[in-house]
Amino acid sequence: MSDKVLKINDLHVAINGKEILKGVNLTIRQGEVHALMGPNGSGKSTLSYALMGHPNYDVTQGTATVDGVNLVELEADERAKLGVFLAFQYPTSIPGVTLANFLRHAVTNVRNPNRKEGEDLLPMRDFRKELKASMDELGMDAEFARRYLNEGFSGGEKKRAEVLQMSMLRPAFAILDETDSGLDIDAVRVVSEGVNRVAAKAHTGVLVITHYQRILNYIQPQFVHILFGGRIVESGGTELVTKLEQEGYDWIRAKYPLEAQIEDELEANATGALPAAAR
Amino acid sequence: MSTDLNLQVEGIKDDYKYGFRDSDANYSFKSGKGLSREVVEQISAMKNEPTWMRDYRLKALDIFWSKPTPSWGGDLSEINYDDFHYYMKAADRQGVSWDDIPAEIKNTYDKLGIPEAERRGLIAGVGAQYESEVVYHSLRDDLAQKGVIFVDTDTAVREHSDLVKEYFGTLIPAEDNKFSALNSAVWSGGSFVYIPKGVKVDIPLQAYFRINAENMGQFERTLIIVEEGAQVHYVEGCTAPIYSTESLHSAVVEIFVKRDGRCRYTTIQNWANNIYNLVTKRAVAYENALMEWVDGNLGSKLTMKYPAVHLRGEGARGEILSIAFAGKGQHQDAGGKIVHEAPNTSSRIISKSISKNGGRSSYRGLLKVADGAKNCSSNVVCDALILDSQSRSDTYPYIEIDEDDVKIGHEASVSKIGEEQLFYLMSRGLSEAEASTMIVSGFIEPLVKELPMEYAVEMNKLIQLQMEGSVG
Repeated sequence: MSDKVLKINDLHVAINGKEILKGVNLTIRQGEVHALMGPNGSGKSTLSYALMGHPNYDVTQGTATVDGVNLVELEADERAKLGVFLAFQYPTSIPGVTLANFLRHAVTNVRNPNRKEGEDLLPMRDFRKELKASMDELGMDAEFARRYLNEGFSGGEKKRAEVLQMSMLRPAFAILDETDSGLDIDAVRVVSEGVNRVAAKAHTGVLVITHYQRILNYIQPQFVHILFGGRIVESGGTELVTKLEQEGYDWIRAKYPLEAQIEDELEANATGALPAAAR
Repeated sequence: MSTDLNLQVEGIKDDYKYGFRDSDANYSFKSGKGLSREVVEQISAMKNEPTWMRDYRLKALDIFWSKPTPSWGGDLSEINYDDFHYYMKAADRQGVSWDDIPAEIKNTYDKLGIPEAERRGLIAGVGAQYESEVVYHSLRDDLAQKGVIFVDTDTAVREHSDLVKEYFGTLIPAEDNKFSALNSAVWSGGSFVYIPKGVKVDIPLQAYFRINAENMGQFERTLIIVEEGAQVHYVEGCTAPIYSTESLHSAVVEIFVKRDGRCRYTTIQNWANNIYNLVTKRAVAYENALMEWVDGNLGSKLTMKYPAVHLRGEGARGEILSIAFAGKGQHQDAGGKIVHEAPNTSSRIISKSISKNGGRSSYRGLLKVADGAKNCSSNVVCDALILDSQSRSDTYPYIEIDEDDVKIGHEASVSKIGEEQLFYLMSRGLSEAEASTMIVSGFIEPLVKELPMEYAVEMNKLIQLQMEGSVG
């Protein structure tokens, strides 16, 4: 099967009528690793939610396509079936639903996109075997599968559970929304290794959204982008990461004064713009 | 246990499967519409009852007339008591074999899967009530030989009058409330269950209640006596056709659980959405006895039902598990009552309600600890889930404690199905309907896991069917 391409073209996104993204362009091929960096409120999480199809994020202009199919017109579950995956920064808990039960439904649907509701799930035995293997790789205890989804999980457990889901769903494209936030350095390493392993197996195109260099030492990007004032203003290689780490965003502000102004406004509104789950 | 329950729960989809009716049922007797002394006397005469029961009925009728309609709970103002038939008899006599009963009635029960479940040995005994009378009754031979009695209550009045007289109306007197008075006046049918000392009935006894006619009032009366160290599980199911006018179902259930006895009473109430379901259920548990109510309310226009347990002997335990699902045009006002009358008694109420498509569910509960009932413990948990902004949920927990030495826990929560939860599940490939069903199943999971396996499976199926087509 030939590689899929995720193409984001002039994407404008608004929340509650307020435009956050003002024309994002980005192309990711399967197997590539891209990093997206930017200050707080620059619209990084907005991009991830909009790509996954959160109902509160309105695409007002532009497209995001996977092999020519416009994601913008699809529900979140249909995007998942096309191979798009989002590792949430703040995964929601679902009381009473075990991780295993949830994942069996998810995996069945994503692997058999034409399955009708009520049709058979993946055979329990095969599913369990595969789940156990994935959990072993991530150093997760088997008991974990019987816990209620994200209910009472520690920060590290939540992120590990996200990577476990990615591992089982084998997406063509994975967006990691600040997967490193709130993790200590060992946890960052374990989670990153997990991502690398899955990405290699499924030939996943990865978009790592982060503030810090740390995670990029483990998940090494070929392409680095800086989102600033609702647009990608710089794209390059890892030298951009080094430059940001050393100099911060001042040079960006100086170089893009118009965007800097927008950025200041966005930052002031940032807390109001985040979805409820992210607060 | 699956077939019969299975078939019952399938009726819960938005297109209510049990809405069929037998239009050509030949009634051998049908009282005129409305309520009068003559109607009550007629019912009593039809049944060849002893005088004491006839007098009891007539007294109860006066009580019914003297009591005002409750102004709390659901809206009862539209009930027109002159509009109902209070007694309808569809078959001349009760069958001991399904072949004995009229074909069109047997046909109804075939569609409900009752004879099939019996044939497959999934139930230990069956009582099937059609309109006012029980049309079929059976009990496994070995249980009958051990002295177990499972008959309709009319038969019990004739054949076991001493037992009936000793217990009937002692736990729920006619004066208790307007609807217990109504039931006491016009009652017909229902089950009489007697489990002798030490006898353990291993699989459930099942009763099945069916209203077929329009503007029908069904008033069954059930009495269960569990002697010392005995055990029974009694399951009831209910369905009715859909008419544009209302019908009334008003039952009274009294249960006595003696020392070390155990009784579990499970209800899967799936009436059509034009039925007023106003039921009084009460149990008393003596020393170290256990009484459990498992109460699933999915159908009806309005249900007002609060199963009660009076913990009268030291060490007695009471449990009430209540699940209510209120859809379009439905109000489920359900909950439970526990009264600790003796020391060292313990109780638990778990209530889960779900409201969707403009439905309304209310938890109404009373927890009472009498003075001197030392070292009692009780835990009440009621959670409500609201699926959309047109739906509603309320909680009315009443607590009366007259004793200091008690441990009481009470938790209540109301949550809306979260946009973030839906998005999270959908982002993993679940459709909106699947995601909602999963969230609802998770919501009732703490209660469902308390049920025996086969009931847990059925309850999950039931919720899935309720959820089908409810989104979007």
